[in-house]
Amino acid sequence: MDHHVKLPEGSIERQTTTLNLGPTHPATHGVFQNILELDGERIVSSEQTVGYIHRAFEKLAERRPLYQITPITDRLNYCSSPINNMGWHITCEKLLKIKTPKRVDYLRVIIMELSRISDHLICNSIVGVDSGAYTGFLYVMQYRELIYEIYEEICGSRLTTNIGRVGGFERNFNATAFDKLEKFLREYPKVLKEFGDLFTRNRIFMDRLQNTGGISAERALNYGFTGPNLRAAGVDYDVRVHSPYSSYEDFEFSVPVGKTGDNYDRFLVRDQEMWQSLSIIEQAYKKVQAFKGAEAEVYHADVPEFYLPKKEDVYTKMEALIWHFKIIMGETAIPKGEVYQSVEGGNGELGFYFISDGGRTPYRLHFRRPCFIYYQAYGELTKNGMLSDAIMTMSSLNLIAGELDA
Amino acid sequence: MAITNSYIQEKLTEKFGEQVTSFEETYDMLSFESPKEINLKVLQFLYDEPTLSFQFMTDLTAVHYPDQIGRELAVVYHMHNLVDNVRLRFKVFTDVNTPDVFTATKLFEAANWMERETYDFFGVNFVGHPNLKRVLNVDEMDYFPLRKEFPLEDQTRIDKDDEMFGRG
Repeated sequence: MDHHVKLPEGSIERQTTTLNLGPTHPATHGVFQNILELDGERIVSSEQTVGYIHRAFEKLAERRPLYQITPITDRLNYCSSPINNMGWHITCEKLLKIKTPKRVDYLRVIIMELSRISDHLICNSIVGVDSGAYTGFLYVMQYRELIYEIYEEICGSRLTTNIGRVGGFERNFNATAFDKLEKFLREYPKVLKEFGDLFTRNRIFMDRLQNTGGISAERALNYGFTGPNLRAAGVDYDVRVHSPYSSYEDFEFSVPVGKTGDNYDRFLVRDQEMWQSLSIIEQAYKKVQAFKGAEAEVYHADVPEFYLPKKEDVYTKMEALIWHFKIIMGETAIPKGEVYQSVEGGNGELGFYFISDGGRTPYRLHFRRPCFIYYQAYGELTKNGMLSDAIMTMSSLNLIAGELDA
Repeated sequence: MAITNSYIQEKLTEKFGEQVTSFEETYDMLSFESPKEINLKVLQFLYDEPTLSFQFMTDLTAVHYPDQIGRELAVVYHMHNLVDNVRLRFKVFTDVNTPDVFTATKLFEAANWMERETYDFFGVNFVGHPNLKRVLNVDEMDYFPLRKEFPLEDQTRIDKDDEMFGRG
């Protein structure tokens, strides 16, 4: 028997609801506004508004010498600031034609892969949180903490790291840093395994993520996807492999790819990438340990025009003080030129398009921010899906407002 | 077989003749420019030609050169051939008074927001763009902040103590 109330034809109009998701919403983990047209809980169409934390980094950079731009890059994807910092330093080195010693490259690789792990860890555990599983997030947080402690030993700060210099690092890694790295390598695999066990084959989690927010490889490429989001769609493009920087060609690792490009595949790709990163860190650490004698003390390239002198010399020696000021004020000559350098950031290809006119500051500096480019697809990814799936799509895309808005 | 920069240059000159100019190789990347009227033809050719197939748009932005009269704004495309792993840089110049450049959104969805951003900061009018409005700045803004005439800090501000800023 039909229990539905029969209304006369034309007495009720089918209508959609407009819902503002954001700008500040606890489930979006950042400042994003989405104006959704909803039919019940189904999304008919959506419009994205961004720019709430726009800070005009590209304009600021036109007034800043090289070292003053490093802290700006911290604030792009702040879940993996060291990658941004090093990407910027590598860009400068490319323009200045500086060759960094192998040990510097390997140390950089260690730090960059640690940041990749911390970035993916946050993203994947947030996917868990948004689907109702808080435990994983709290559990892995102590290992992100350990990574931050390693940063602290090297550069003194944690989140916005401002790590390194043009040509290398500000100081050699101390024993504590290596001890903590060893502790990480020893304990983290078990944690990552448990974290995977908690989610990967969890029926509730799978049902929640599979077949939501999917994209085909063609569409993903057309939308300019890069990083784990592109690889989840089945394209094995990785900047570390295609255009190696910082001696990534010396390492053995594989590039995990997905198939459907949906939320579940994105989760799996990030999970597998963390294992690959772990293996890269192990290899890099072995290579670092293999340096003997004077070579084992190298932590920067010999470029006195761009590498800041030691602090104790700056305080006590006239020449060091002069160089310190010259470098900080950007009084050392930079060649004219245009250079594009990209690194594999936490969420995709982070590019720096640096135009120098030979002045103390960049004539123009443009950041290719992966987030900004792939967030365009959000409307297409969530169309005709449920509102609750749109939330999962947002967290599994790894959107970072700082990078999106620059 | 990886394609070389000289091969790309040869192919482009064969197709467009005198219209593609300023070929140079800086830091291993080939860079060239064309008149703004044929920017889509060039992009389409780079996309379709099977031996080139630059089918991934890495980046799109603009640069303002106020001293180059008649060609003040450069729209810069970074294209990537993912199969052979070759990148190139393609520029079109436009004057700042009629900054009309055809949109690449029909070819690349990625260009949508990147063109909006370029419009937002440089005022380049992408002809044919489906939704050309500001993306990062507020809609009410009436200037294009990344142009060089727009100062980073207003030097005439009087609400700051000059002595603190070395202007005493």
